[in-house]
Parts: sequence; structure tokens; C-alpha cells
Amino acid sequence: MAEILVLVDHVDGAVKKTTTELLTLARRLGSPSAVVLGPGAESAAGTLAEFGAAKVYSVPVPEFGEFLVVPKAEALAAVVAAAGGPGTVGALLVTSTPEGKEIAARVAVSLESGLITDAVDVQAGPDGAPVTTQSVFAAAYAVTAKVTHGVPVITIKPNSVEAEPVTGAESAQVVEVPVTFSDLAKTAKIVERKPKAKTGRPELTEAAIVVSGGRGTGGDFSLVEAFADALGAAVGASRAAVDAGWYPHSNQVGQTGKQVSPQLYVACGISGAIQHRAGMQTSKTIVAINKDPEAPIFDLADYGVVGDLFAVLPQATAEVTKRKG
Amino acid sequence: MKIVVCVKHVPDAQADRHFTAAHTVDREGVDGLLSELDEYAVEEALSIAEAAGDSTVTVVCMGPEVAGDAIRKALQMGADAGVHVLDDALAGSDALATSKVLAAAIGTLEYDLVLCGMGSTDGMMSVVPPMLAQRLGLPQVTLAGKIEIDGSAVRAERDGDTGTEVIEAPLPAVVSVTDQINDPRYPSFKGIMAAKKKPVTRLTLADLGLSSADVGLSAAWTVVEDVAARPPRSAGQKITDEGDGGARLVEFLAGAKLV
Repeated sequence: MAEILVLVDHVDGAVKKTTTELLTLARRLGSPSAVVLGPGAESAAGTLAEFGAAKVYSVPVPEFGEFLVVPKAEALAAVVAAAGGPGTVGALLVTSTPEGKEIAARVAVSLESGLITDAVDVQAGPDGAPVTTQSVFAAAYAVTAKVTHGVPVITIKPNSVEAEPVTGAESAQVVEVPVTFSDLAKTAKIVERKPKAKTGRPELTEAAIVVSGGRGTGGDFSLVEAFADALGAAVGASRAAVDAGWYPHSNQVGQTGKQVSPQLYVACGISGAIQHRAGMQTSKTIVAINKDPEAPIFDLADYGVVGDLFAVLPQATAEVTKRKG
Repeated sequence: MKIVVCVKHVPDAQADRHFTAAHTVDREGVDGLLSELDEYAVEEALSIAEAAGDSTVTVVCMGPEVAGDAIRKALQMGADAGVHVLDDALAGSDALATSKVLAAAIGTLEYDLVLCGMGSTDGMMSVVPPMLAQRLGLPQVTLAGKIEIDGSAVRAERDGDTGTEVIEAPLPAVVSVTDQINDPRYPSFKGIMAAKKKPVTRLTLADLGLSSADVGLSAAWTVVEDVAARPPRSAGQKITDEGDGGARLVEFLAGAKLV
């Protein structure tokens, strides 16, 4: 059976939801092996095994936190080689985050392998090799593709699949892989980190529910946040809201921000321009609240409320709180 | 400073975008323009050049004949010169081939800084800048929301989910910038007129020492097996708030088991 490598998203060994999704997909293609870059492999091993990893490759060195992207790419390429390269490794799966795509890009060049980004599904094809599905041109087309050269390097969007643990999982063997970094890997130095205050809300691309605010909020996101908190949702913002300085760019949903695909997307005071739609069009259920009955967002919405979000949201929040209480 | 900016000509996202029978993006039968996200890179190059003085900005573009429009727009904004790589064999190139060709074209120039946008608005892969950095053997400083050139180094801020990272690297480097970095200027009438006289060098694969076997659809390391138009989402229910809009909304959510 082919070995399928999955780059683990983690913070010091605490495994993120996206990795459990990738491992679930990896099981369709072969036997998953997780790759932990940076310290934490031992703490992560239990969760990784729970979602099917038979093996955990570990590179517990400090360079990943000191230099931008390149050490991770070099280490990952080294692990693929250590695992046996194209003969044994059926695919390398990486989460489609901005950094994930950069790592995948450099690994593809190093390994001389084809690269597919932003897959929303992966299945085993008739010959066992991975076949991907991508949603392109603001979800106007579904593209089916394969890698034809080298080890398929595939980046996968969060929320593409519901993670499933395996029954009767055995523990995963941790194997340390030695890596020597090039001088180039140490040229872009991370000299400072300015952390962001935690909101306690779920991460935008992983959340099951997203409530977003746009121009219609006039800069006051308090009602959007209250509704989000009642639902246990993440908060998103349109490009207009971010450009106006009302909300951070890391919450922007759209072509130049995050692309999300939650179970429920609630657009409040957002007109629905194509730049925004490209970021949320594949959400399972879309709800819109907007004063303008002609707003394009209503063409996408499964349920639309023509009205003032300042009136609709507080009532909705109270209803949700009542039902949950 | 000598600054190179990579730009791409893409189908207009507001207009019809579709695929050819060969499953490649139709670039010629559609309205196209300079990729919006590349405008931020051109603008940043122009600002840096203006601040440094005695500088040049050269834009490099790979694409069919019509891609010259992207170069022209950059020249109208104020770039000094263009390099247009065009060759029939390039059609259908994947990102790996594109980065190889762009790296070769950049290799014909002298530069202190290579600037790129954060991704093209058609493919949105965002992989060419890191591939370029790797192929050119240069430091990679990507997805910067703010950059400062300090002598022979670049200092950048990169926004992430958990916070902002401040990155430093020596020049020459490959730097990509997000749409947060600046507000791209509109070409002035003077700029539009001046652009007509600016030089655009045309290069073929042979000029770059590359073979058609390295590029194009047949050399791609991925193959598209199918392209299917997705039915557009149909609009569902729409109500007008008459004092009960919020409650009815939650009723809908409850019915869909979302609450």
C-alpha cells in the first residue's frame, strides 16, 4: 500500500482540526504517515494515530520558528526522500493555508513533482493514484485533475471533509529524520512576532459557522459579534469593512482574504460582490441580511432577510440564546 | 535600485471566464487585464523607486500577444521598461514551467529586488513567488503587508492568524506583497502618453535557452481530466423584515438543524 504523507498543523504538538481532515482523506489513498516539523511529535502521536497515522516522522529542530518557510520546505522534501520518494510515497498532503501553499510549492520544485493546490476533495483513481477536485472561478467550475510526474503534492482546503477517527487505532511509531538546512534556508529571518489577542472564537477557515459583517455595519461589529457568539461562530469581514479599518485583515473573507466553506455562512450588510463571493460561495447554507433587496448576495442565499441588521440581528441573537438556554 | 516586477495578464473576473476544449484557461477569446493583485506590486516598486531615486522598474510578463496589455498598464502607471516572454509553446504551462520561464527572463536582467503580487486572480495558487525564489536562489519574503528597504536589506511585516511576523532578509530578494500594502495609482494622462515610447523587449524560449519540451501543456506535470460548469446556486426564500425578521431567520436555521 502506498505511504501517504501528511504535513501536520500543530502548535507545540497540539494537533489542529485540519490535520485530522487530511489524515481522513489520506486513508482513502494509502497508509498515512504524519510529518511533525518542530518539537511536539510525542505529544501529537496519540491524536495522529487516532485519525489513522501509522507512522510519525519528526524533525524537532528550532529553525522552523526562526526562518520563514524554507526550512519547512527543505525538511519536508528530506522526509519524502527518507520515506522512499516516488516509488513508495503515493502523495504528500498539505493544508491550503498561505504558508502551506508556499511550502508545497518549494517541495514540488525540489522533488520535481506536479502540484495541485486548493483541492476540495481527493479520491483514489482507478490506478490508485490520487484524483483531485477543485472549485475554480468563484465556484463556477469543478475541475478534476491528477499529478502525472513525481510524488503528487496536493494542498487541501480546510473543511473539505468531516474528520473521522479510526476504530481500534494502534499507536503510531515516531521516527526522527535528520535534516541539514542550506544557507538559503536561513536568509529570511523572523526577527519579531507581534501576537494578536485571542478572541476565544473558532478559527475562521475551520469554523462550522461564520457570521460576517460588511459596509452595512457602518463600523459597528458588536451585533455581528453577539450573533456569532450566540452561535459559537467565527467572525468574518468583507473587504470593504477591512479596508475601512473596522476589522483586521486576518478576518477578511474573500478572494484576497480567507476562503471559507462552513456549514453556515451569515452575511450581514454585505452586498455580495464577486470578490467576496469567491471567499464563501461553497458554504453549505448561506443566509443574508441586507437593506437592499437587489443586493447580489440574495442570489446566493438559501434564506434572505431584506431588512436592517441593527433590527434583525439583536432579535435573532435573542432567539438563538432562548433556544439554547 | 533596479527593481523587477512580475505581472500576469488574466481574464477579467467580472466578465465571462471559461476553459478551452483542451481544458486550459481561455486567455485569448475573453476580456483580459493586468491582474489586480499585481497592481499592488507595481505600485510598491514605483514608491520604492521614487524614494530611492536613480532607480528603474522593469516589468516581466509571460503570456500570449494580448498579455502585452498588462505590460502597457504597468508602463502607464510609471514602470520604465517591459520584458514580454511569448512563444506558442508556452500555452498551457503549469506553475512549475511558468516559474522556470520567469526565472530565466529575470536572469537576463540586473536587479536588486524582485516584486510579485500575492497571487493571480485566475489561478490564485500563490505559488510562483516561492518557486521563483527557489529557482533564483534568493531569499523569499512573501505575503508582506508592509515593506521597508534599508540599504541592502528588506524588512517586511507579514500578517498571519496568530499575529504579525517581522521578517528581515538581505537583498537581492524575491518579495511578494498583499493588497493591504498600498493603494495603486491610476495612470495619469502624461503616464499614458509616456508609456508609448517605453521599451518592451520580446523574448522567445530560444532567447532564454529553454526548449519547448520544458514548457506548455504537454510538459505539464498535472493533467486536467474534466471541467464541469457548476450550476449556479439558486436563490432560496427571501423575506422582508416587518419586526419579526430575526425570529423567522432563526426558525429557518432551526429547521435546517443549524441551531
